[in-house]
Amino acid sequence: MRRFKVFGRLVKDSVDTITHGSKKYHIWMAVLTFVMLVGMYCYSIQLEEGLSVTGMTDRVSWGLYISNFTFLVGVAAAAVMLVMPTYVLKDIDFKQAVLIGEGLAVAALIMCLAFVIADMGGPSVLWHMIPGIGVFNFPNSMLTWDVIVLNGYLFLNISIPFYILFRRYQGKTPNPKVYIPGALLSVFWAVAIHLVTAFLYQGLQARPFWNNALLGPRFLASAFAAGPALIIIVLAIIRTYTSFKIEDKTLKKIAMVVTVAAQINLIMLISELFKEFYAPTHHSESAYYLFFGLDGKTALLPWIWTAIVLNVLATVILTFHKLRNNFRVLFFACFILFVGIWIEKGFGLIVPGFIPGPYGKIAEYTPTGIEIGVTLGIWAMGAFVFTILAKTAIRIEIGKLRYSKNKND
Amino acid sequence: MSSNTKKWFSLNLNNKKPIQNKSCGCGKTSGGCESHNNLDAATKKDGFDQVFDVKMSRRTAFKQLAASLAIGAGAVSTSCSVIAGDDSKEKAQIDWEEQFKGNYKLMTDDEKKATVDRLVRSYQLRTGKTLNMSSKNAEENVLFGYAFNISKCQGYMDCVTACVEENNQDRNSQMEYIRIHEMKDGKGFNFNEADDNYYHEVPAEGHFYMGTQCFHCDNPPCVDVCPVQATWREDDGLVVVDYDWCVGCRYCMAACPYDGRRFNWSKPEVPEDEVNKNQHYLGNRLRKKGVMEKCTFCVQRSRAGKNPACVEACPTGARIFGNLLDPDSTIRWVLENKKVFRLKEDLGTEPKFWYFMD
Repeated sequence: MRRFKVFGRLVKDSVDTITHGSKKYHIWMAVLTFVMLVGMYCYSIQLEEGLSVTGMTDRVSWGLYISNFTFLVGVAAAAVMLVMPTYVLKDIDFKQAVLIGEGLAVAALIMCLAFVIADMGGPSVLWHMIPGIGVFNFPNSMLTWDVIVLNGYLFLNISIPFYILFRRYQGKTPNPKVYIPGALLSVFWAVAIHLVTAFLYQGLQARPFWNNALLGPRFLASAFAAGPALIIIVLAIIRTYTSFKIEDKTLKKIAMVVTVAAQINLIMLISELFKEFYAPTHHSESAYYLFFGLDGKTALLPWIWTAIVLNVLATVILTFHKLRNNFRVLFFACFILFVGIWIEKGFGLIVPGFIPGPYGKIAEYTPTGIEIGVTLGIWAMGAFVFTILAKTAIRIEIGKLRYSKNKND
Repeated sequence: MSSNTKKWFSLNLNNKKPIQNKSCGCGKTSGGCESHNNLDAATKKDGFDQVFDVKMSRRTAFKQLAASLAIGAGAVSTSCSVIAGDDSKEKAQIDWEEQFKGNYKLMTDDEKKATVDRLVRSYQLRTGKTLNMSSKNAEENVLFGYAFNISKCQGYMDCVTACVEENNQDRNSQMEYIRIHEMKDGKGFNFNEADDNYYHEVPAEGHFYMGTQCFHCDNPPCVDVCPVQATWREDDGLVVVDYDWCVGCRYCMAACPYDGRRFNWSKPEVPEDEVNKNQHYLGNRLRKKGVMEKCTFCVQRSRAGKNPACVEACPTGARIFGNLLDPDSTIRWVLENKKVFRLKEDLGTEPKFWYFMD
C-alpha cells in the first residue's frame, strides 16, 4: 500500500514539476504543443481521405513515415551505448548521461510506433495484430518480430529508469541486483531492435537495393553514430539550461563512441559504393538512381550528396582530437552527423528501394504538405515526451524532488 | 508443404533423408501434374495446419467475446434509441459484427457464410439492391495456372478494361491489376525501356507486347511477410487477400517482385450501375480504403468453372487459363508442347504464370 501512496505522490510531484518552469520552458512546450496540434489536424485529414493525401503511390509505397521510423529505431538503440558502460562496466562518467539516454530511447520508440501507425491504411483494425485476439504471423513475418522487440525495448527502457528514479525519489539507493540484469538484457535487446528492423528490408528478394548482407551492420554503425550524437547535443542543452551537472569528461567519452561509429559507418559506405559501382549490374540501378539519377529523374540527388558531405565532414572533424575536444566544434560535428544520417538512413534508404520498380518503372516520390505536417507533429510529440521525462528525472537526480510524508511544506 | 515436396529452391540443410526423385509421366521432376499431386496429398498435416489448429481455440474464445459484445451493443442500441428504425439498428448491428469478426482464412464454412450473408444484407440495406456473393472454397484436384502467348498479344488492352469492370476496381485512381508492357523489337525482354502506359494505336510498328499481373506464386513472398495473415495461398493456388483483415501496412507490396499488388489509397468508388454484382468474398466484392487488393484470377469466375475476365476478353487468344492438374487442359498442353518461361525465376517464387511464343 505504501508503494502506491509513494507512486501517487511521485505522479503528483512530476506533474507539478513539468507544469512549472522558466519562461523559455513554457514557450518551448507551447511551440511543441502547437506543432503537435497541426500534426493531429493533418492526420485527421489523412484519416478522412485515406493515404492518397500523401505522396505515396503503388509505385513508391513507403515514404517519409517509414523513413523516419527506420531512423528513429536507430536513435532508440543508441541508448545502449551509454547503458552498457554505466551499469555493466561501472564507468562512473556515464552515469549522468544514462538516464537521459534512456529517456531519449523512450521518446524515440514512441515516435517509432506513432510513425508506423501513421503509415497504416487501417489503424482502426490494428487489434488484428495483437497476439491472442488477432492473428500474429510469428515467426514468418519480420514485422511481427519488430513489434515484439520494439515493445519489449520500450518496456525495458521505461522500467529500468523508473525503478532507479523511484528509489532515488524515496532517498534510497537503487539495488544493482535488480536493475543490472535488466540493463544487460537491454544491451542485447538494443542490437536486436536495429538488426530486426534491418532484416525487415534485408529479407525482401524483390528489392535488390535492400537485399544485401551489409544492411544490418550498417544500420548498427549509423545508429551508434547518430544516437549518441543526439545525446551529446541534448546533454549540452541540459547543461546550459539546468543545474544538472554533466562533466566534460562524460561528453568527451560519448564523443569517442560517436567517432568510432561514424568511422565504421564510412568504411561500410565505401564498401557498398564499391560493390554497386565497380561492376554495376541490373541490381545497381537503385544505387544509380540515388547517387546519379536515372533517366533525368534526380529528386534524391541533392539530399544524398548533402548527406555524404555532412557525414564525411563530421567524421573528419571528429577524428582529430584537437577539433573533437573543442566543444563548439564537437556540437557542430554532432549536429551535421545527425542530419546526414537522418537523410541517409531515412529516405535515402527507403525511397530508392522502390525505384526503379519491379519492372524498371521510374516513378519519383515527393512528400506532400500533409505528410510533412504529420511527420513534424510526431517529432514534436517525441520532443514533448522527452522534455517531460528529462525534467522529472533531472529534478529527482539533483535531489530537488524527494518524497516527504507530510506534503504541507 | 513439407520440405521434400517443395518445388522451389531451398538449401538442403544436411537432411538425412535423400530427396525423392519425383519423375513421372509428365516428364518433369516438378510441376503440377497429377502424379506429383498424389505425393502431396499423401503427406501428413504440415506445420501450417498445426498452427491453424492451435489458432482455432483462440478463435473460438474470441468469437464468444465478440458475440457477447455484439449482443451487448445490440441491446444498448435497441434500448437507447427510440427514433432509430429497425433498418438502421440492423445496419449498426451488422457493422459492429463486421468490425470485430475474425480472419476469413481461419473461419469455418458456417462463419464464412455468415459474414457473406451480413455483407449482402448490408449492401441491400444501404442501396436497396441485392447482390450475389459467394464463399466457395477451393475445389479438390484443382491448381490454377496461366499462360501468356507473347506472339499473339497485340496490346489492345481489352483484358485491362474487362478486368476493371469485372473486379469492381476503383475508377478514380484508375487502378489496374494488369499492365501491358510495350517493348521494342530487337531489344529482347527489356522492361526498363518498355512503356506500360501508352495511349496510341496498337499494334505499334516495331513493337511487341507482354502482360504482367499477379503471378500467383507457389512460394509467394508477399504471404510470408504479412504480419496478420491477411493474405494467403488457397489450396487451388490462388493468392488472395481478406480485405477486412488487412491492416494496410503495405509490407506485401514491398515484398512482391512482380508489381502484383495494389493499394486503396483513398475510398474506392465504382458507379452504382457499373458494380458487378456477381461477387466472391475473396474476389471482387467492394473494397474499402486503406486495404490491399490484387488479381485473384477472378476467383468468382474461376471457381464457378469459367475463365477469368481477361482471358475471355482477349481478342487474340493470347491468354490461356486452366487447371494444371487436369492432363487434358489447354494449359497443360501449352506447358508440355511450348518452350515456356517465367519471369525472375531466380527468386524462387515459382510463379504459376508462364510465357511462351508461337
